[in-house]
Amino acid sequence: MSILVDRNTRVIIQGITGKIATRMAERAIAGGTNLVGGVRPGRGGSRHLNMPVFDTVAEAAEAITPDATAVFVPPQHAADAMIEAIEAEIPLIVCVTERIPVLDMVRVKAALAGSKSRLIGPNSYGVITPGECRIGVMPDRPHSPGKIGIASRSATLAYAAVDQTTRLELGQSTSIGIGGDPVHGIGFRECLELFLADERTAGIVLIGELGGSDEEEAAALLAAEKPKKPVVAYIAGVHAPAGRRLGHAGTIDFFGDRSAAGKIEAFRQAGAIVVDSPTLIGHAMRQALWRL
Amino acid sequence: MNLHEYQAKALLREYGAASPDGALAATAEEAAATAQRLGGLAWVVKAQIHAGARAQAGGVRMVSSPDKAAAAARDMLGKRIVTAQTGPEGIVVKTVYVEKAVEVERELYAAILVHRAKAGVVVLVGREGGTGVERTLARRETLFDLPFGLEGADPAGIAGLTKFLSVEQIQAEKIANMLSQARRAFIELDARLIEINPLAVTAGGDIVALDAKMIIDDNAMWRHPELETLRDEDEADPQERAADQFEINYARMDGDIGILTMGAGLGLATMDMVVNEGGRPADFMDVRPMASREQVAEGIRLLLEDSRVKVILVMAVGGGLLHCDTIAEGLSSVFRKTGSAKPVVYYAAGTGKEISELTLKNQGVPVAVTESMEEAVAEAVRIAGSRAA
Repeated sequence: MSILVDRNTRVIIQGITGKIATRMAERAIAGGTNLVGGVRPGRGGSRHLNMPVFDTVAEAAEAITPDATAVFVPPQHAADAMIEAIEAEIPLIVCVTERIPVLDMVRVKAALAGSKSRLIGPNSYGVITPGECRIGVMPDRPHSPGKIGIASRSATLAYAAVDQTTRLELGQSTSIGIGGDPVHGIGFRECLELFLADERTAGIVLIGELGGSDEEEAAALLAAEKPKKPVVAYIAGVHAPAGRRLGHAGTIDFFGDRSAAGKIEAFRQAGAIVVDSPTLIGHAMRQALWRL
Repeated sequence: MNLHEYQAKALLREYGAASPDGALAATAEEAAATAQRLGGLAWVVKAQIHAGARAQAGGVRMVSSPDKAAAAARDMLGKRIVTAQTGPEGIVVKTVYVEKAVEVERELYAAILVHRAKAGVVVLVGREGGTGVERTLARRETLFDLPFGLEGADPAGIAGLTKFLSVEQIQAEKIANMLSQARRAFIELDARLIEINPLAVTAGGDIVALDAKMIIDDNAMWRHPELETLRDEDEADPQERAADQFEINYARMDGDIGILTMGAGLGLATMDMVVNEGGRPADFMDVRPMASREQVAEGIRLLLEDSRVKVILVMAVGGGLLHCDTIAEGLSSVFRKTGSAKPVVYYAAGTGKEISELTLKNQGVPVAVTESMEEAVAEAVRIAGSRAA
């Protein structure tokens, strides 16, 4: 088992004919992902990488019944692309696009409410169940099939955790990039719920940063559930100056009330193992699993 | 993109949210003429800089004659104003805004922003406005969240506001109406923040913005080419402006260790590790996943040209799009061109690690290749400590 995606997940790509989308599609196919087609307005009826291309998500949904769509669409059109996928009732939408206006994401979230879809991202590396399905821009190496569930706002820190858990022969069940934007799809709390319910996942890694309240919401769930599965958390940005945007749009909080220190405290109180360096994630997890 | 007070007020007025009559002045003579033209008995002269807390720093003065308006403007123009929000160097005042003073009965606070967890626009009202309010705002629960429907503020919200502010319902309605107009400006202009502090109730019962701060979403500027003319980059750090041109996320700090990382999260983590090790970051620099060798080179060039930087710490974690070799190629091309001897500490993992390390060694970059992030941070801190300024 794994969460959200596995070898049976039928995947399409919106914006499939783009340069990066094509590169990522080739890699997904090579990695065993069940990629079944793509969407590109104006190119319907053609084929790309030997797969059918449709003008709209609705047509693709009708013809090839995808379970998931990867949105590789420029920021000016990304919100409309996500809403199109929501309207076509695609169960899982993964958006890697960076620099989408925040009010566009407000519109997307309104469309998501009460819909049949779940969103990962935007500004996300995507989601991967190693060896079975990858949707996004992550590298294949050093992922390995295994038992650690990872959810992260940052891509590079997630790769570091993947590298460590692979070296320690723990592997990953699924790794999810929740994205670096202030308004986004699923958060740490939902990832935590899914990982706790997943039999294959033995331990959970959450990698957060200052800003927003995703970490606090996950910590509240943790405190209520008191799960046996160990949760290792790392929070970046303890020494970030307040009121300035550092890379991720999500790191600025105009009221400055969601500091990294507060998130660390919330996780500690909730019983998570909080490490103070991203290099300690793997070891902390291995030790916690030994203690069980 | 930050807007000046006078720009924010002009935009808000277009949407029907009122502020006192005023005009911009670039000289003392203009300030006097403006006061004369506006009429009245008293005026406020306000330095136009992208920073709050101006009043405590002498950037806001109430005057009682056009001559005194000129004197106040003379005191401010061309001078540096240092406030809690400018950093120690302060900001040079280029223009002042001269505004007709209004008789204020009560000062409130209002802010419009996107609530992240609710994924919606919220309008917050505080019972007290004015200077020094920033600190109390850390407690968000002291603010009233005024709910809006499709038709503007809803009746229950107005009833709540009436109670919260202990005012007559008619006055709460006026306030809600003004904020409804400001909210429309927020949405139509893709703002990230509109802060009206103070939001004044005048002796005549009018609701006006005495100060206004507006930030436009940088990611939405393509939708608002007309707002480009409002951009004032003179205040931005020149290095931050240069980095922006090459789509590098850069923020200047006050230390001596130049940091370049692949990814923002890794950048935050590296800053934390450097500080924990006793070092001081000179910057935050995040190379985005789509970066080219040239963009990396420009980022490194900024750090080489920064005389404060004693050592450059590069953390590369190769992903699916950006590989470590791109970082190494950018790095070595700059060192080749400049012949710089500034020491570099390098850590790499993931896609392109081995080839990037080979590239650096073969190209003669003065680099220490390290095997862990801890080792890299410790080495950078050690070098910075051993090279006295």
